[in-house]
Amino acid sequence: MKKLLSLTAALALVAGATFAVAELADGYVSVKPTAEDHPLDEVISGYQFRIESTRATQDDDFENPGMLLLDQALDTWSEADGAAGKSCADCHGDDPIVSMKGAGSTFPKFTEKGDHRAFRNIENQINFCRTERMEAKPWKYDKPDMLGMTILARHADRGEPVNVAVDGDAAAMFEKGKEIYYTRYGQLDMACSHCHEDNYGNYIRADHLSQGQINGFPTYRFKWQGVGSAHRRFKGCMKNIRAEPFNVGEEEFLALELYTAWRGQGLPIETPAVRN
Amino acid sequence: MKLYPALFALAGLAYAGTVTASEIAPDDVKIVDGAVEQPLTDSPGDPERGLVSFTGRKAGNCLACHYVESLQDDYQFHGEVGTPLDGIADAYTAAEFRAKLINPKTELPDTIMPAFYRTSGFNRAAGKFDGKTILTAQEIEDVIAYLMTLKD
Ligand code: HEC
Ligand code: HEC
Ligand code: HEC
Repeated sequence: MKKLLSLTAALALVAGATFAVAELADGYVSVKPTAEDHPLDEVISGYQFRIESTRATQDDDFENPGMLLLDQALDTWSEADGAAGKSCADCHGDDPIVSMKGAGSTFPKFTEKGDHRAFRNIENQINFCRTERMEAKPWKYDKPDMLGMTILARHADRGEPVNVAVDGDAAAMFEKGKEIYYTRYGQLDMACSHCHEDNYGNYIRADHLSQGQINGFPTYRFKWQGVGSAHRRFKGCMKNIRAEPFNVGEEEFLALELYTAWRGQGLPIETPAVRN
Repeated sequence: MKLYPALFALAGLAYAGTVTASEIAPDDVKIVDGAVEQPLTDSPGDPERGLVSFTGRKAGNCLACHYVESLQDDYQFHGEVGTPLDGIADAYTAAEFRAKLINPKTELPDTIMPAFYRTSGFNRAAGKFDGKTILTAQEIEDVIAYLMTLKD
């Protein structure tokens, strides 16, 4: 980190000065990147950049609003839907927290075989199971059913390190995601890296810039007054730089999801995280 | 005759936002050795209007990235991304400020600072901003006039 809370900074805060001071939680946790060509010296969750009360809301499962969608998804899990008359539980067992273990931390990735093989994130995998296996309607992106089930699948891996594969057949998606990450977009003409690599720890207006990690998604945001996917966040960041965003659930954002997941390789999954 | 002033006003509206004859269009600006000597408009910049652009979130939003000591009391949330601008008028001329605001990337290709008077070379600019400059020619001159007040 470039700046840590110093005594003078603390005094400035006490004095109510409006000059924003970079501040991370005392003893904040970071992970050393394992890949040699990793662009960051240390990998830090967005959690560490948020204020105390936001962190506390995330830490308390009873306060964390994201947990409500998870509870609903636990019910949906065993409800039959679609022409095949099946529920998730029929194939994946009664306890999703057990059967989904090991899945959340490894998406996005290539799944399924033959003609069905494709690069998917959890959302797209869930819809594949729904349409192909349950003969049910696909769930809409960023709607409660989809968000809840995605939280459920990721939550089974809460605390486990992000562990995406970027070699083999995923290599092309990784390269595509990397290219997008470093490309300038929009009238403000900025790349993700300008804010989340060159300037994390700095304030941009009232926002304390983080590394733009996705280990907490789907995430509850006070600003949204609801839960949103990583793709929704990508879209928001692109709109803020006055760019035409890519489409949620589609190739560009899937590539970006893989690449940003890799930038946070080793960070514990926090789903559902809470952010401002 | 009552109609004339109304017509006049309408004509004025139609011109707002497009380049008038006395303005230099974005593509016609030449940055030479980090400076643009000729003002973009005929009417001189106004520092008070410049301050409005400087601080406005939907305008220049310079404060999002730059800290200014003298604005401490009146404006919240100064950014840390760019250099503090106190005393900056001692370091640059108006012509140099003009070049920096029009397009800082001619000097610093990797900078995060946006080009405020450029319409081409953007990638996936959102529809309502496509082909438009962030600030108008007059706003650029106004911001320069404000920057010139930042003396130590
Ligand atoms: C103008 C600066 C800026 C740019 C450019 C930008 N972002 Fe962000 N982004 C922010 C701010 C501000 C936030 C909210 C505070 C934070 O977490 O950094 C944010 C938050 C995020 C988050 C949520 C982090 C968390 O902990 O929940 C992700 C993910 C993210 N950005 C990804 C991206 C991606 C991918 C791009 C490129 C397409 C991008 N951002 C471009 C400013 C930016
Ligand atoms: C008819 C059986 C069936 C049903 C019903 C079904 N799935 Fe699947 N699902 C599978 C199979 C088979 C796989 C692939 C398993 C593998 O390759 O490891 C799979 C894979 C997955 C994966 C990826 C797991 C991983 O480790 O990569 C997720 C997540 C998933 N399903 C979620 C769901 C959800 C949520 C539902 C209910 C909405 C559901 N599935 C319904 C059979 C089913
Ligand atoms: C997204 C952040 C950002 C915004 C918005 C921004 N700047 Fe900057 N500005 C920078 C950075 C960063 C630098 C330092 C140059 C560099 O290394 O990229 C800079 C440099 C400057 C400099 C030169 C300072 C020096 O010490 O050499 C001036 C003058 C300046 N900016 C004025 C402005 C004005 C006026 C606006 C609004 C119209 C503005 N900036 C908006 C980020 C920004």
